[in-house]
Amino acid sequence: MSSNARVRWRKFVSNFMMTMTGLCALISVSVLFFILGYLVYNGGTSINWAFFTQLPKPTGETGGGMANAIVGSAKLLLAASLIGVPIGFLGGVYLAEFSGSFVASIVRYAADLLNGVPSIVIGIFAYSMVVLPFKGFSALAGAFALGVMMIPITLRSTEEFLRNVPNNLREGAMALGASKSKTIRTVIIPAAYRGILTAILLALARVAGETAPLLFTALGNPYWNRSWTQPTASLPVMIYYYALSPYEDYHRQAWAGGLVLLALILIINIVARTILARGIAVPRS
Amino acid sequence: MVTTSTTYGSAGPAVGPRSFVAKLRNGDEIARLVTFIFAMTVVLITVLLVYELWVNSALPRHKFGLNFFTTSVWDPIMDEFGALPFIYGTIVTSAVALFIAVPLGIGAAIFLAELAPQRISDTLQFFIDLLAAVPSVIYGVLGVFIVVPLMRTVIYPLINKPLGFLPIFKGPSYGVGFLTAGIVLAIMVIPYIISVSREVLLSVPRDQREAALALGATRWESTWKVVVPFAKTGIMGSIFLALARALGETMAVTMVVGNTPKIAASLFAPGYSIAAVIANEFTEATGPLYTQSLIALGLVLFILTFIINGLARILILVTTQKGSGVTR
Amino acid sequence: MPQSVQERNLMKRLTGLLFAALALAAMVWAADSLLINGAGATFPNPIYTKWFSEYHNKNPKIEFNYQSVGSGAGIKQVTDGTVDFGATDGPMNDEQLKAYQDKHGFGILHFPTVLGAVVPTYNLPGVTAVLNFTPDALAGIYLGKITKWNDPAIAAANKGVNLPANDIVVIHRSDGSGTTYCFTDYLSKVSAEWNSKVKKGTSVNWPAGLGGKGNEGVTGLIKQTPNSIGYVELIYAAQNNIPYGAVKNASGAFVKADLKGVSEAAAGVAKDMPADFRVSITNAPGKGAYPISTFTWLLIPQKISDSAKRDSIKGFLKWMLADGQNYTEQLEYAKLPKEVVAKESKAINTVQ
Repeated sequence: MSSNARVRWRKFVSNFMMTMTGLCALISVSVLFFILGYLVYNGGTSINWAFFTQLPKPTGETGGGMANAIVGSAKLLLAASLIGVPIGFLGGVYLAEFSGSFVASIVRYAADLLNGVPSIVIGIFAYSMVVLPFKGFSALAGAFALGVMMIPITLRSTEEFLRNVPNNLREGAMALGASKSKTIRTVIIPAAYRGILTAILLALARVAGETAPLLFTALGNPYWNRSWTQPTASLPVMIYYYALSPYEDYHRQAWAGGLVLLALILIINIVARTILARGIAVPRS
Repeated sequence: MVTTSTTYGSAGPAVGPRSFVAKLRNGDEIARLVTFIFAMTVVLITVLLVYELWVNSALPRHKFGLNFFTTSVWDPIMDEFGALPFIYGTIVTSAVALFIAVPLGIGAAIFLAELAPQRISDTLQFFIDLLAAVPSVIYGVLGVFIVVPLMRTVIYPLINKPLGFLPIFKGPSYGVGFLTAGIVLAIMVIPYIISVSREVLLSVPRDQREAALALGATRWESTWKVVVPFAKTGIMGSIFLALARALGETMAVTMVVGNTPKIAASLFAPGYSIAAVIANEFTEATGPLYTQSLIALGLVLFILTFIINGLARILILVTTQKGSGVTR
Repeated sequence: MPQSVQERNLMKRLTGLLFAALALAAMVWAADSLLINGAGATFPNPIYTKWFSEYHNKNPKIEFNYQSVGSGAGIKQVTDGTVDFGATDGPMNDEQLKAYQDKHGFGILHFPTVLGAVVPTYNLPGVTAVLNFTPDALAGIYLGKITKWNDPAIAAANKGVNLPANDIVVIHRSDGSGTTYCFTDYLSKVSAEWNSKVKKGTSVNWPAGLGGKGNEGVTGLIKQTPNSIGYVELIYAAQNNIPYGAVKNASGAFVKADLKGVSEAAAGVAKDMPADFRVSITNAPGKGAYPISTFTWLLIPQKISDSAKRDSIKGFLKWMLADGQNYTEQLEYAKLPKEVVAKESKAINTVQ
């Protein structure tokens, strides 16, 4: 092959391969839109007022809704945040502001370990820690499982965003005579609050869709959940059971539930990322 | 000597019990103590989790020993439990997932890092991150209602007719099976490969590219022969990350894998995975040996994902450090 | 300061509002209704959920939360004490009863609720006739020895039906199931090979096939998978309009499952019902008896310490034996024989 032809071939290969990579990107992104579209189409046609306000009907009967599951999920997420966020946040404060490097590396290692644990194993953990000793399935057990999953994300992000606050802010506060805890409370945390809030929201979005750990902690409940020591219905678990059932009406409700769940998670994600993108409150040094 | 301090960075020695109380009066020490306790709680929870897993899987360890990993019988009536079919299924479904996701993911990452203008790259990355946020039960629902019928009506005939003589493509199709689970997992892990690979590719110093182009390389040659090898370890890291995710995935797999604890060569055969069997059988495992065998499986999964996650992190760290310090 | 005073006040107000809303919600829902949790068989799930719903309408302050998770889970959860009662169609064996006794210091009672049938359902495109299954055919299919629909063992009993030469997709349960117990109990009685190789139980080592979760999951799989066969409780096949076959009974007749056939299967044991109500009625004698029939039981602890729960459970059981039996037939479950009802009413009083 003459050198000209060779160059032309190489250029062709280059253009071809780069187009291929574009195709890969296109395929990957279009999967998202396909999923969204399918859910909107099937879920949108299935959503009605009853879905949001009624309790499930006996097996095989049509109608009813997932009102208790939606509220149940909300309660679980709230309690999970109350468990996971303080531990993660305050732990992160410790790592960023107070700790020596040895202790810090141990805590970070533990958090990374916890982060990698498959959610079904967290379910086993919650079963032996909460369900067995308290002799019953409960919303509390479910919240415990979800809360434990929120800890690592919150902890690492808090630490990172606190560390990124530039030192001149700390020094300024010191010069004005503030104690360390006062500095943290009034200067450093407010400076990093956007990033930390984002992290909490993302952690929330991650556990909102978790099903496996709830299977043997919160169990299920066809009625409203009235107490933390009682089982509760939740949106992901109901979607799972309904999708596997043979009843057409249950399938319809599973689509509706899927749409509601996905919409919730995507909204939280978009809000979180927009908060972050609107500018970290303090520029990175 | 009693020292009270109003500025932090308090000076002066403080010895003896009185000084501890004095220290506590200082808000800093309370803050330090409180946050320390919470940080230690994290360590405590992790230690407790590993401990619980270990202690509650003692029975099968003593009864079967290492045979637990080589037996493929799962018989609750005869109290015989072997982990092999589940380990096999977990590995096969993850391998299929990576086989599909890695080329697609790296290709997309190359496009986003090398070719696409900044705005488009960021926008597409935003959507890819959203894909990563879709919960697994929704992937499972889509798997059941879309991928399974697709497998039965389109994919199986397409592959089985020409290639049915190969052992991995032999046999009838049920719709559910290893391949179906692998496809669903592939969709779930692509975002991880793309976002991490894109970042490591972006961190490759600019002069590497420019040197290649200056020597007359085409865009593709510069990318494939210079940039990608430079970022190779980081890309490996992203693959490990995706693998760890696929190994631990429960809901999507259990809805489409067929729930059959058998080892089969064909990808169209139904199978099982560790996470799926725990989800299905944990609440009904009667008898301590049954329950603890399931927990033992959980421990195996935990160790597996722990190792792979660890490797992933090291690989990614090494690459980004290699490239850092030189701005793009 | 990057965060303005207004922003911070807004955040504070929002948080305050959130907590106030929650406190309000908590108060509203702290109503004094009683929740009783149970878990177990998917076999009677349609009638149980109907019963609990009707009972709740009549007694608004009592809520029975029944989770259809499979008989195996029902037995385990009630033994662990994580639910107040269990439900199963595979009666607890002596070992499991002893385990319960050892753990709690008192026993657990079986209360039959309804009679039901396990039917062989199938999805065979192009075949609309009701297929006849011999015991050998069913055993052979589930042993993995009969692999094609037009196998002579099946065709022989279905003359005139054009069976395709397709592979049979065998579907069984992936979870611990009383329906499996009933089906494998039947197969153990009619097939020596099954009895030696696989035996009966709520979870067996299946020689062939895929697993579906619950009666619901198996029905779902059958609906979606052409050339499949599975075993489910009658109502699941009926409610979902999938065909089910007739089975040859001990007297040699092919019987399609219905209330009459199931009641006839139970007729034999009704008078001689053992005191603990555990009995098998598969492959029962009788010309019209349906051979894969079974009782299904609620598992009630002998001692219930919470008096409100105890009274509610006993009240429900009494209602179930009286008014409750009127709901069974519309859902394709057969009523309990009179003698059994009488015996059970006495047994309810032994729950302390």
